[in-house]
Amino acid sequence: MIEIRIHGRGGQGAVIASEVLASAFFQEGKFVQAFPAFGVERRGAPVTAFTRVDDQPIRIRNFIYEPDHIIVLDPTLIESTQVDSGLKENGWIIINTDRPPKNFPHFSRFRVATVDANRIAVEYKLGSPTAPIVNTAILGAFSRITGMVSMDSVIEAMKEFVPSNKAGNAAAIKEAYERAKA
Amino acid sequence: MKKIMVGNHAVSWGVMLSRAEVISAYPITPQTTIVEELSVLCADGRLKAKFIPVESEHSAMACCVGAAAAGVRTFTATSGQGLALMHEMLHWASGARLPIVMATVNRALGSPWNIWGEQTDSLSQRDTGWLQLYCESNQEVLDTVIQAFKIAEEISLPVMLNLDAFFLSHTAEPVEIPEQSLVDDFLPPYQPEFRLDPKNPHSFGCMTPPEYYMEFRYKIQQSMLQGKAVAQQVDDAFGRVFGRKYGLIEPYRCEGADLILITSGAIASTARVVVDNLREKGRKVGMVKVRLFRPFPKDELLEILRQVEKVAVVDRNVSFGVGGIFAHEMRAALCNEKVRPAIFSYIAGLGGRDVTPPVLNDVIYQTYKRQEPEAQSVWVGMRS
Repeated sequence: MIEIRIHGRGGQGAVIASEVLASAFFQEGKFVQAFPAFGVERRGAPVTAFTRVDDQPIRIRNFIYEPDHIIVLDPTLIESTQVDSGLKENGWIIINTDRPPKNFPHFSRFRVATVDANRIAVEYKLGSPTAPIVNTAILGAFSRITGMVSMDSVIEAMKEFVPSNKAGNAAAIKEAYERAKA
Repeated sequence: MKKIMVGNHAVSWGVMLSRAEVISAYPITPQTTIVEELSVLCADGRLKAKFIPVESEHSAMACCVGAAAAGVRTFTATSGQGLALMHEMLHWASGARLPIVMATVNRALGSPWNIWGEQTDSLSQRDTGWLQLYCESNQEVLDTVIQAFKIAEEISLPVMLNLDAFFLSHTAEPVEIPEQSLVDDFLPPYQPEFRLDPKNPHSFGCMTPPEYYMEFRYKIQQSMLQGKAVAQQVDDAFGRVFGRKYGLIEPYRCEGADLILITSGAIASTARVVVDNLREKGRKVGMVKVRLFRPFPKDELLEILRQVEKVAVVDRNVSFGVGGIFAHEMRAALCNEKVRPAIFSYIAGLGGRDVTPPVLNDVIYQTYKRQEPEAQSVWVGMRS
């Protein structure tokens, strides 16, 4: 089983990201489960969401404490929360930031990849310039970096969950796929 | 067709496939997205139902009572505090023999305020004359909605199906959507024997003196008991049409077990993983999921449990002064049996606390270790 934890802030689309990611894996024949760490969500507050992927039906129904990989939608969360808590050694940390991976030396036990999903989301008019919705773009980076799920599956899954500007989201996924750096 | 769907939407889609005709509800977390999705389905015409927004859960149930009395298929959903507010009307729905279906997304009651999962809300409605079913997966949720209407209309009693707050309600997973034509064959339109009809006026639920009232109650009890056989038949028939069935209870790897874990809802799902791991290590542990709580499936449980020495019941609920409610029911069900297992009662996961494999392993370990059950329910997964 592969367990992925997504850290974001209310409004960035972390919960939808967990569902789109699950749906992308599902299209490739996997069993999946996606759920949020249910709090009293509001815009800007830290939000955590989870995706499980397996080759057999998923029976476990509790939180993920030792994820295989982590996605960080807002780099400021790295200062306020321990985003790598429980992360398995060599797991990927995929961060939305304009900084290169080598700027995160404290994650040396893990593999770090970065993509400037904010800029990409703004370019394709996802959300607003002050509050871009980066969830779809970062999944393009996840696809490229981990190679676990194809970009086409991510785009198809996005269409199911994103209500508007599907073309912009698809373009953002593609650009993040191309620009992700490890 | 399979869709990735949260448990709440599985409820909504089950209601759509069942062609409910009146839906009345008041939003409350974590139930809200059930009726939110239903209002979308009504608005875009996929579900031809009258959606009646109201100002409270009490009114929502009153609305369902009125609509069901007029002879239409009705649905509502609620959680926690909302269900508590509805309490008075729950008695009316069963007393008036109205086959209303309600989804309860189990939520802890305040004070203190809590929006997370716990079954005390629905279990404290256990004497209201509603059948109660507890679900373990989103697929079971959708399928149980369809079954619930069929059971309710067969025995003229309301049915409540329950799903765990967030661990099902907000968890997305693959759900097979049944063909509408198959559901239509399985669940034909509701045609009650009696209905409110201005052209053929009758009185319903009017003052009934002591000389008559008791027989009405007796009939409800008889129908409730009959509900067990009907629920089984409906599940069997559902299995023949759709290829999925759940039973009133479901034993899991109980062959040759010396200890059986009993639980319900989402915890039963995690418990399967725990049982698999322990079986791999050679421990003879099994699990029984209790799906039907009212009427209580005593005989079915007895058949499985008779052979075993120890039973550990995990309750995500509490009746203050007694303890775990499923455990309490189990003890009552078994008390006249000459050969019966010892019932070990555990309380876990209140107010949404995570019930992890280590918590369930602890329950099993403690049950093996103890000769006799403690006098009171043992609380597990507590802060140290």
